[in-house]
Amino acid sequence: MKQCFSIHPKDNVATLTEDADSEPLLVVGSGGGTTVQIEEAISLGHKVALAAIAPDAVIIKYGVIIGVATKPIERGGWVHLHNCRSLLDDRSQGLDLRTGIPKDTPYE
Amino acid sequence: MNDDSLKSRTWQGYLRSDGRKGIRNHVLVIYTVECASYVAHEIACNEENVHVIGFPGCYDNAYAIRLMLALATHPNVGACLAIGLGCEYTQPSRISEVAERSGRPSKWFFIQDVGGTRASIEHGKQIIARLRDQLKRETRRVPMTWSDLTVGAECGGSDGTSGLAGNPAVGRFYDLLVDQGGCAVFEEVVEMIGLRDILLSRARSPEVAAALDAAYKKAERYCKAVRQYSVSPGNFAGGLTTIEEKSMGAFAKSGTCPIEGVLLVSQQPSGPGLWLLDSVPDEHFMQFGYTNPNDTEGIMDLISTGAQIVLFVTGRGSVIGSAVAPLLKVTGNSNTFARMRGDMDFDAGRVLSGQISLDTAGRELMTLVGDVASGELTKPEALGHREYFVMYKHQNVPSLEAGCRA
Repeated sequence: MKQCFSIHPKDNVATLTEDADSEPLLVVGSGGGTTVQIEEAISLGHKVALAAIAPDAVIIKYGVIIGVATKPIERGGWVHLHNCRSLLDDRSQGLDLRTGIPKDTPYE
Repeated sequence: MNDDSLKSRTWQGYLRSDGRKGIRNHVLVIYTVECASYVAHEIACNEENVHVIGFPGCYDNAYAIRLMLALATHPNVGACLAIGLGCEYTQPSRISEVAERSGRPSKWFFIQDVGGTRASIEHGKQIIARLRDQLKRETRRVPMTWSDLTVGAECGGSDGTSGLAGNPAVGRFYDLLVDQGGCAVFEEVVEMIGLRDILLSRARSPEVAAALDAAYKKAERYCKAVRQYSVSPGNFAGGLTTIEEKSMGAFAKSGTCPIEGVLLVSQQPSGPGLWLLDSVPDEHFMQFGYTNPNDTEGIMDLISTGAQIVLFVTGRGSVIGSAVAPLLKVTGNSNTFARMRGDMDFDAGRVLSGQISLDTAGRELMTLVGDVASGELTKPEALGHREYFVMYKHQNVPSLEAGCRA
């Protein structure tokens, strides 16, 4: 079974250690021991939710708050720019979800 | 190599007259305005052990001058040639004097005086041939060990693996290096945003905590003022969602040792241990400007603290190298390692696949750093990479402002 890595027991997300698509993942690391079913393709280095996360609830990785949810996120969901925002950086909300490329700079 | 032989490892270094010890024996060509850059690069072209740095501006800048002087007197540099066009504010003669005072043979000239492109290239090539011969004849070889080494670390092109494997592997190596009396310098205060309490808890003393807090608060003001956090499209594509998340991953490269103090660019650590380099500009008549507009700028700042080797952690992959000090590339992403094998020195992604432990990664990295210190070329060095970047910036260093526009 492919794996995702949970760094801290308080974390509600884990990081994929290889690309995966609609399959169960073994959660390893300090918050590990369970499995989580993902329902879409998630790439190496990206995050999966280990619990259901309500809008405005905090996203925790490394045991610290790395952002807040902007939409309801289900357990096993991909956590990224489309459903999580920084508490500091506004610009990143306008970037392309998959490539991270900015859409706010005119090329004219 | 077992732990004891790794810790007691020695290699032959190059002793400078000022007592510093280098792991390379370079002649450094320094140009003092963009107008002199072509001639400087032509002089160094196809010349063994000759590197180039330079400053593009015609108007001088105290930060840029301090940076060039720090590189001219760097442990890996044995001799210098400073070249100007002849009209600019920055004076090659003054750079040459400082290098000479440090015991490094040094020359300088203006291209306008020598008579243009062809004559200057020929003149410059004759000078560096003589300087290099002198270095080969006269530089004393001496044993070096970990306590003679300063190692810098920076990350660029980070992804979700960087905070899990690449940076933590560097952190483990930093702990080993500091244990052996070496000096470890990390930077990127703009990538500690969100981590104030964690950063301050690592201070050696209350005074250091106050210095860390000042550097942290400046970085926060800077990010708000320029409306840009230190996170790039590639970081997002690689799975990092917020600057807070990237910060935690980047900070992992500092390991677990106490932080001894905060260095400004071109300041040398006053003792062994772990140091934080603050390369963020202070508010000034040019406002903030940008702190590290690219990875190479940050690497130059690290080398200015005397780092003989710099570790560069990249999840997405990068093809830069560095002038003056070898750049050693670490990735936490085994796919990147496989795809860019010719550029990557160390695959920390094996930690994620369970092949090796983080402790083993730290020890393997220490072995590799020892090999590079002993003369083995890093991948970027072997490929001929010698990137540099010296820009306009302002940092408040009052005692060193004299003579330049403060």
